[in-house]
Amino acid sequence: MTVDYIVKRLGMLLVVIISAISINFIIPRLMPGDPVQQKMDQMVAMGGTVGDVQGMVQEYRKKFGLDKPVWKQFISYWGDLLRGDLGYSLNNYPQRVSSVITGALPWTAGLLITAILITFVLGILMGAVLGWPTAPRGLRGVVPVFLVLHAVPYFLLGIILLFLFAVSVRVFPGGGGYSFGTALQLSLGSIADVLKHAALPALSIVLAGVGGWALGMRGMMISVLGEDYINLAEAKGLKQRRIFLWYGVRNTMLPATTSLAMSLGHVVTGAVLVEMIFAYPGIGHQLYRAIHAKDYTVIQGIIVVLVVWLAVTLFIMDLIYPLIDRRITYRRR
Amino acid sequence: MSPDVLQVKELRVRYDTYSGVVNAVEGVSFSVRAGEKLGLVGESGCGKSSTVLALLRMIKPPGRIVAGQVLLDGVDLLRLSDEEIRLARFAAISLIPQGAMNSLNPVMRIREQIVDTMRAHNGGKSRAELDSRVRELLQWVGLSDWVANMFPHELSGGMKQRVCIAMAISLKPKVVIADEPTSALDVVVQRRVMHTLERVQQELGASVILSGHDMGLMAQFVDRLGVMYAGRLVEMGPTEAIFEDPLHPYARLLIDTLPSLDRKGDFKGIPGVAPSLLNLPAGCAFQPRCPHAVERCSVDEPAWQEARPGRWVACHLWAEGRR
Repeated sequence: MTVDYIVKRLGMLLVVIISAISINFIIPRLMPGDPVQQKMDQMVAMGGTVGDVQGMVQEYRKKFGLDKPVWKQFISYWGDLLRGDLGYSLNNYPQRVSSVITGALPWTAGLLITAILITFVLGILMGAVLGWPTAPRGLRGVVPVFLVLHAVPYFLLGIILLFLFAVSVRVFPGGGGYSFGTALQLSLGSIADVLKHAALPALSIVLAGVGGWALGMRGMMISVLGEDYINLAEAKGLKQRRIFLWYGVRNTMLPATTSLAMSLGHVVTGAVLVEMIFAYPGIGHQLYRAIHAKDYTVIQGIIVVLVVWLAVTLFIMDLIYPLIDRRITYRRR
Repeated sequence: MSPDVLQVKELRVRYDTYSGVVNAVEGVSFSVRAGEKLGLVGESGCGKSSTVLALLRMIKPPGRIVAGQVLLDGVDLLRLSDEEIRLARFAAISLIPQGAMNSLNPVMRIREQIVDTMRAHNGGKSRAELDSRVRELLQWVGLSDWVANMFPHELSGGMKQRVCIAMAISLKPKVVIADEPTSALDVVVQRRVMHTLERVQQELGASVILSGHDMGLMAQFVDRLGVMYAGRLVEMGPTEAIFEDPLHPYARLLIDTLPSLDRKGDFKGIPGVAPSLLNLPAGCAFQPRCPHAVERCSVDEPAWQEARPGRWVACHLWAEGRR
């Protein structure tokens, strides 16, 4: 039954999310050091208030609930989470974690989903054509270039792009999500500004990714071309284009979609370094800063988002598979 | 006697492999009359599949057709342009493939796969016309209407092979090539599929070329039989005549391997193995395994000659009149 299948997948989804979030609660607390103490020390060192530091530390620990035993923190954490409350940022009190995330997530999601989809489409098309016996010679010549780009880590590629297009030739801005001092609004100018800032980080992801997709797709295409149904399609006198799209590419879509789901699932984590280099105001950037400052609540909040994102992406994929390939059914056999 | 629909003359197919040149089909000539069922029989690797696929120009690299003519109603298929051969495929000469299990696109409904065959050739038909034609074809091969809505994995092997037959006759071709159509099926299903093929062939009036290694199946199905060995035809003639009195020692041995109800005793095979096509013996290719070989057999290659009216053979023993 279809309903059975969906309920079961939903159950799995919940188990994954619950266990991941629980582990996520424990791990930051295993790190040595105390966030409040650290922040205070920092402020003292910077010549801020000198007074009853220890007293203030105690006070803040109480306020954040850090004085309670871990298991009590755990229970109240879940209680808050279920109410959608991720708490305050330890480092930037009184900013709320949820506002940190909602401020950053759209940037990352927008940049990465777009970049990954562009990479996917370009890579798949290129790979499919390459796997076809009559691939144009020119395209074959381009492959090594993309393979080299694929071998270079994308953050390094980012630095090179920055140097070329933001330093040597100032075509694109050197970083950020939009120009300083401008307010974001729904105007053409503002959108163009955002796109301009997204161009280089997106380009670095696309250039680094296309080669990998193309190579993988070429391999899948070649193995599909060896299938009997391709032979029969040709014997049937079908046009090359029809065989290519409906017998070739169509049959590689299942594994390709799986890989796409996986990379979309890792959107949020995959971007940390790109966001660092381009000072992009996304979630990777926030995660990096939070880890630096031992900002438990922000780390946890971001990881909750990551886990839910990944699990939900895969859940959606599980629901879509049977539509792409009828050999996979919702039913149990 | 009806006229020849298909004439194959001196066909040669070569595979350029890393270990050398393989002459998979070496000067094969035969003709098929209208409405006739012709069988090509031989061991694995004897060139029967290469022969029949060459008729459709479906030889894939590293293989290629190096010489010969395939005349279908006087038109040489080997000289057609790519687009012309595409249009000829299935419309004039169609194929029932070897691996029925994997010959259908797993992600397309049966209806679409039959329809796209027809669309590729005469595109102008309406959806309703095509659909009713699909129903008609399925019925013809003994399948129910609902099969059209199925995906290949929902069908049995025999059903898939019937779908392949339906596709092969969808454009009413003159010649249907069946390349070991039942080798992937069990014996009971084999029989039923062959019956379907026979019935459809008779109603359609098409000629059928059946390749395979099953002498028993050939005996039941084909009018005329060609026996192949090491890329060459070694004997060809009416099926009954060959079974009664085979002229070539290899044909004789093949027939003797068949189990019989009135002959008791051990199962007989043919001693030795088929030669590597990379390294053929001198003279007659069958000579090392031939129980009657004489000196001349390892020197000269026997010529393909008409030994009796309608019976062709390539063997020195026959030419010298001693068998």
